[in-house]
Amino acid sequence: MDLVLPSVGLMFWTTLVFAILLFLLAKYAWKPILGAVKAREEKINNALEAAEKAQKEMQELQSKNEDLLKEARAERDTMMKEAKETSIRLVEEAKAKSKEEAGKIIEDARKSIEMEKTAAIAELKAQVASISLEIAERILEGELASDSKQKALADKLAEDINLN
Amino acid sequence: MTLNTLINRLLLSFVAFGFSLGLFASEEGHGEKKEKEEFNLTEYALHHVKDSYGYHLLGDGEDAVTLPLPVILWTDNGLVVFSSSEFHHDHHGHHVVEKNGMKFVNYHEKVYQLKDGESHLKTKMNKESGQMEVSNAVRPLDFSITKNVFTLFVLAILILLIFTSVAKSYKKNPNAPKGLAGWMEPLIVFVRDDIAIPNIGHKYAKFMPYLLTVFFFIWIGNILGLLPFISNPNLTGSFTVALTLALFTLIILLINANKGYWSHIFMPPGMPKILWLILVPIEFAGVFIKAGALTIRLFANITAGHIIVISLVGIIFIKGNIAWAGLSVPMTLFISVLELLVAALQAYIFTMLSALFIGQAVEDAHH
Repeated sequence: MDLVLPSVGLMFWTTLVFAILLFLLAKYAWKPILGAVKAREEKINNALEAAEKAQKEMQELQSKNEDLLKEARAERDTMMKEAKETSIRLVEEAKAKSKEEAGKIIEDARKSIEMEKTAAIAELKAQVASISLEIAERILEGELASDSKQKALADKLAEDINLN
Repeated sequence: MTLNTLINRLLLSFVAFGFSLGLFASEEGHGEKKEKEEFNLTEYALHHVKDSYGYHLLGDGEDAVTLPLPVILWTDNGLVVFSSSEFHHDHHGHHVVEKNGMKFVNYHEKVYQLKDGESHLKTKMNKESGQMEVSNAVRPLDFSITKNVFTLFVLAILILLIFTSVAKSYKKNPNAPKGLAGWMEPLIVFVRDDIAIPNIGHKYAKFMPYLLTVFFFIWIGNILGLLPFISNPNLTGSFTVALTLALFTLIILLINANKGYWSHIFMPPGMPKILWLILVPIEFAGVFIKAGALTIRLFANITAGHIIVISLVGIIFIKGNIAWAGLSVPMTLFISVLELLVAALQAYIFTMLSALFIGQAVEDAHH
């Protein structure tokens, strides 16, 4: 029966020792240990979160890069296309211009040729006229050298007029 | 586990060895008086699981090897201190120790002070209970450093050494724990995450020191009780120690209990008021019954373990034939390994139920 009877002395010592043990452990063991464990857990959690965040950022960056690349490619394509178009247009324009110019040059040439021709013809005419006048002068000098000849000419002229 | 098993096997063989020495000694010592003394296993087992004044290590009777411990008594004439060796291994009340004019005897590991004028202890049979009673002596207040108190000191120092060194190791190494801390941290985290937080909730931090202390106190105390070399001190299996620990839980619970807890006890919600007459006393008694249940669970489990081990080893001595060791030793080994599990299990259950009861007392009102 005295197996289940509490003994005052043992209870006294147990209470004393356990209370002191509780106090000392709480202060010198549990507080630093639980603190360290918690701090480490927080550290690990933070590190994991940071890693996750970094990964997400990396992914974002990667997708951004891809977008940029795509954009750049598209831009390049449009630029190339534009450049091609521009070059074609430029060539066309140049062609048209040169054609026009050529036409103009030809026209000018033609005009100047025409003008030269007209001038040449005019000069020719003038020269022919002066030459003709000289010839006529000389002929007239010859014809009118003697009275007979003058008379014959007058006659002839008169005849021409008559005939008319 | 294999190492443990091996150690256990070795230690158990030493227990058996100790028993045999004891038997020889007792046969030699009392052989002249009686023809043959029967090996009384019941008495031996009960003697073993109870407290005693000396720290018995080997042998029996006058030849026993015992570590003497101080006997501290508070008598009507003041404090009396003497060594337990002055009883000369006697616990039958024969040897009288005289101090300050007072006479003391050790009767079944209890010190009695003989009344004035008495020269030796007298006992008589109580006819109602059928037990022997002391008739001419009284029990002084007894604060002796008994076997259990001595073990208690050893246990406290051991726990302090372990956990202050663990705490120190965290200062040097805040990263993954190494060495002893690596062993203890999972247990500490287990108490926090699987005992305190699920049962108490967000207020758990306040109760962590108590729960951790009581967990390791019981667990390591239980393991000390499994070590045969130091005479299997049955500290945590002592009714008094179990009761004291349960009272700690009860007091912490009562100090921290909130209004909701008391109103549930004194005004059970959703019950017709006529039933309160029955329910309130039951609920109120329940507060103390919980502590009683904690006490009895721990005391009975650990003491039963000790008695089973002794009984199994005792088979050899009841039969008086070493051949029975072939049966007794494997069975004892099995039970000892089981007791290793029980040591941890009872520490867990005590801590878990303490946390549960405290959790009920500090629970936030949700009605």
